[in-house]
Amino acid sequence: MIAELGLAALWLAAALAALQMIAGFMAVRQGASSELASLIRPAAVVQGVLVTFSFAMLVWLFAITDLSVKLVASNSHSMKPLIFKLSGSFGNHEGSMLLWVMVMGLAGALIAAVEKRLPENTMNATLAAQGVVSLGFYAFLLLSSNPFERLPTPAAEGMGLNPLLQDIGLVFHPPTLYLGYVGLSVAFSFAVGALLTRQVTPNFARAMRPWVLGAWVMLTIGITAGSYWAYYELGWGGWWFWDPVENASLMPWLAATALLHSASVLASRDALRTWTIMLGVVAFSMSMVGTFLVRSGILTSVHAFAVDPERGTFILVLLGIFIGGALLLFALRANTIREGERFALASREGALVFNNVMLSAILAIVLLGTLYPLLTEAFDVRVSVGPPYFNPVGAIFTIPMFAVMAVGPLLRWRQDRIDRIGKEVALFAALVLAALVLVSLLSEIAILPLLGLAFGLGLAVASLMPLRRRKLSRTPLSTWGMIVAHFGVAVALLGMASESAFTEERLAAVEEGGSATVGPWTVVLQGVEPVAGPNWTAIEGRLAASYGGGEARVLTPQSRNFWAPLQQTTESALSTRWNGQLYAVVGDRAADGRWQLRLWWKPFVTLIWYGGLLIALGGVLALVGRVHSDLRHRRLASRIAERRADREAVA
Amino acid sequence: MIRPLVVSFILMLAFPLAAQQSMPPAPYAYRQLDDPVQEAAAQDLMETLRCLKCQSQSIADSDAPMAGDMRHQVRIRIAAGESPDQIRGWLTQRYGDYVSYKPVVSATTWPLFAIPILLLALAGGVLLGRYRRRA
Repeated sequence: MIAELGLAALWLAAALAALQMIAGFMAVRQGASSELASLIRPAAVVQGVLVTFSFAMLVWLFAITDLSVKLVASNSHSMKPLIFKLSGSFGNHEGSMLLWVMVMGLAGALIAAVEKRLPENTMNATLAAQGVVSLGFYAFLLLSSNPFERLPTPAAEGMGLNPLLQDIGLVFHPPTLYLGYVGLSVAFSFAVGALLTRQVTPNFARAMRPWVLGAWVMLTIGITAGSYWAYYELGWGGWWFWDPVENASLMPWLAATALLHSASVLASRDALRTWTIMLGVVAFSMSMVGTFLVRSGILTSVHAFAVDPERGTFILVLLGIFIGGALLLFALRANTIREGERFALASREGALVFNNVMLSAILAIVLLGTLYPLLTEAFDVRVSVGPPYFNPVGAIFTIPMFAVMAVGPLLRWRQDRIDRIGKEVALFAALVLAALVLVSLLSEIAILPLLGLAFGLGLAVASLMPLRRRKLSRTPLSTWGMIVAHFGVAVALLGMASESAFTEERLAAVEEGGSATVGPWTVVLQGVEPVAGPNWTAIEGRLAASYGGGEARVLTPQSRNFWAPLQQTTESALSTRWNGQLYAVVGDRAADGRWQLRLWWKPFVTLIWYGGLLIALGGVLALVGRVHSDLRHRRLASRIAERRADREAVA
Repeated sequence: MIRPLVVSFILMLAFPLAAQQSMPPAPYAYRQLDDPVQEAAAQDLMETLRCLKCQSQSIADSDAPMAGDMRHQVRIRIAAGESPDQIRGWLTQRYGDYVSYKPVVSATTWPLFAIPILLLALAGGVLLGRYRRRA
C-alpha cells in the first residue's frame, strides 16, 4: 500500500508538471489574458508537495525493509543499521533519481511561492520551462526506473548495500550534490524564461542570483564532502582521482562559478547579458551530462551501455531535447538581446570576463578529458586520461586565472587604471616570486605543487586586500562573502599543493609490539583484535601514534568483512593535528605473522576541505547579504509608495 | 562479458601466479624499496599506471590483487636498474596504451592536445576581440 501511494503521488506530480508546462506556455502566448495562468503557481507548489510525499514513502519502505518491493530487496538488508537503511533509499539508481525529481519539485514550488520580482510573463515562461524539464525526468523515472516496483513474490532477505556506501558520507554527499545539480535547473529555467520573453535585465539577474548562489554552495559542500569521503574510505589517501564521476560534479561547479560571477555583473552593471544566459544554459546542461554519465552505466563500459541501453538512451534523448532546445532558442534569440553596458579592459568587469573565459576553458578541458576515452572506446581504441593529463593542462588556465583573481576585486567597475592599484599588484607579484624562489631553494618539489604553494600564498594575502581602507563593520555582507570564498580558494590550493609535495608514505610489516615511523610520527602496533559490528566483522589494529616523541594517541584502523554483500573494506584511522594528518590503514597478515601497516603523513592536507568549506561559507554570506538587502529594498519601496499615496490623498 | 574474459586471460599470461585471488600478494606489493630514491621513482611511475581492474584508480591507490602484482613488478624492475620509461614500455606492450595515464601524442590521442591549444587560441581571440571592440 505504501509503495502504491508513493507511485500514485509520483504520477499525479507528473500530471501537474504537464499542466504547469501547458498552462505556462499558453499564458506566454496569450499574455495575461489566459485563464490558465492562475493555475501555474499552485500547480508547481502542489507538485512539490506530492513528489516530496512520494520520496517520503520510499524512505519509509526502506525504514521498514519492505522486501516485497524490488528496489528494497535488491539494495537493502534487514540487519543494516537504521541510518544506512534510510540513506540507502537514495544509494541506488531509482532512489537517487527520485531524490533528483524531489529536489527539482521543491525548487519549482519555492520559486512559484516566493519569487514576485519578475514580470508575470517572464515568471510564467520560467515555470513552464521548469515544467518541461521536470516532466522529462518524471517520464524517465516512471517509464524506465520505477522505484516502487513490486516483486511477484517477496524476497526472503535483501541483497544489502555496497559496504563502501555504508558510511555517514552517504547521508550528506548525494543530497547536497543533488540540491546543487538541481538548483541549477532553476537558473536554466530562468534563462529560458528570459529568452522567451526577451527580458534579460538586471532584475532577471537579481532574481536568478540567489538560486545560483544556493546551488553553488550546495555543489561546493557536496564536492568537498565527497572528496573527504573518498579520502578516508578508499584507504589509500587519495582525495581526487579525476574519475569521470568526480568530473561529473566538477563540471557543473565550474559552470556555476562562472555563472555566479557573470550574473553579478549583469545585476549590478547591466553588462554580459548573452554571456549570462549562455552560462545558465550550460550550467544545468553539465548537471544533466553528469547525470547521464553516472546513471547510464556508460562509464563501466561503453559496451555494457550498448548491451542494456534503455536507461542510457532515455537520458541521452532527454539531454538532446533539453540542451539542444535551449541552445536552439539561444541561437534564435541571442541577436535580439542588446549587448548591454560597455566597459574597459582594466575594470572589474574586464577581470571577471577574463576569469569566466578561463573557467569555461577549464570546463572544456574536463569535458574533453572525460568524454574522449568514451568516444575512442566506441571505436575499440582504449585510452587513459588521468591526473598526468588534467593537472598540467588545467594549470595552463588556472594559473592566469589565479593571477587575475588576486587583483580583479581591487579594480573599479567600468573603467580603472592598473597603476592605481600598482602597490597591491606589486605586493602580490613579490609574494608569489618570493615563495617560488624560497620553496624551490629549500626543497625539491615538482613544478605544479610549487606553483600551487606560491599562488596559494599570494592569493591568500591578495584576497584580503579589498578590506584595506574599509570600515570592517560597514563592509557589506556580500563583500565579506566574496573575500571569504576567495580566501577559501587560496586555502584549498595550499592544501592540495602541500599534500602532493610533502606527503610521506610508509608501508611496513610490523609484529605486535613493533613500531614503524613516517615523517615525524612513530607508530607502535600494540595489538590486533577481532571486533564485530551490526553487519560486519573486522580485525582492528590498536596503534599508538606519537608526533615527534610527544604523547601517544590511540588509532584503531579496521579491515572489515561485510557479509551482505560479501565484501572487504578498509576503515582508515586518522589523527589530525593543526599541521596535517596521519593516515593509518591495517592490512593483511603476512605468513610470518606480521601485520601490514600503511601509514601516510600528509602535512596540511586538511586545508583542502577547510578551503572547500570556506568557499561554501563565502557563498552563504553572499546569499544572506543579497537576500537581506533585497528585502530591505522591497520594504523601502513599499514604504515610499505608501507615503506617496498618503501625500496624494492629502492633496 | 568479453572484456573480463580478455583481462583475465591476459592476466594469466602475464602473471601465472596472480590469476588466482587466494594466493598471497607478491612480496613488493605492500613493501617499499629500501633505497628512498628508487622508491620515489617507483612511486612516481605507479601513480601514472592504471589499475586495469578498478575504475579510474592508479595502481598506487588500489587493493586489487592485480594492482599489487603490478606494483611488485614496478618495484623489482626499478630495483634491478630499469628506467621508468622502459618499464612503462614493457607494460604498454603487454596491456596496450590503456595501462598508462601518461599522455602521449599518437594517432588516437592527438585531439587531446590539439583541442587545448585550440581553446587557448579561442580564449585569446574572444578576449582580444572583446577588449579591442571596447577600448
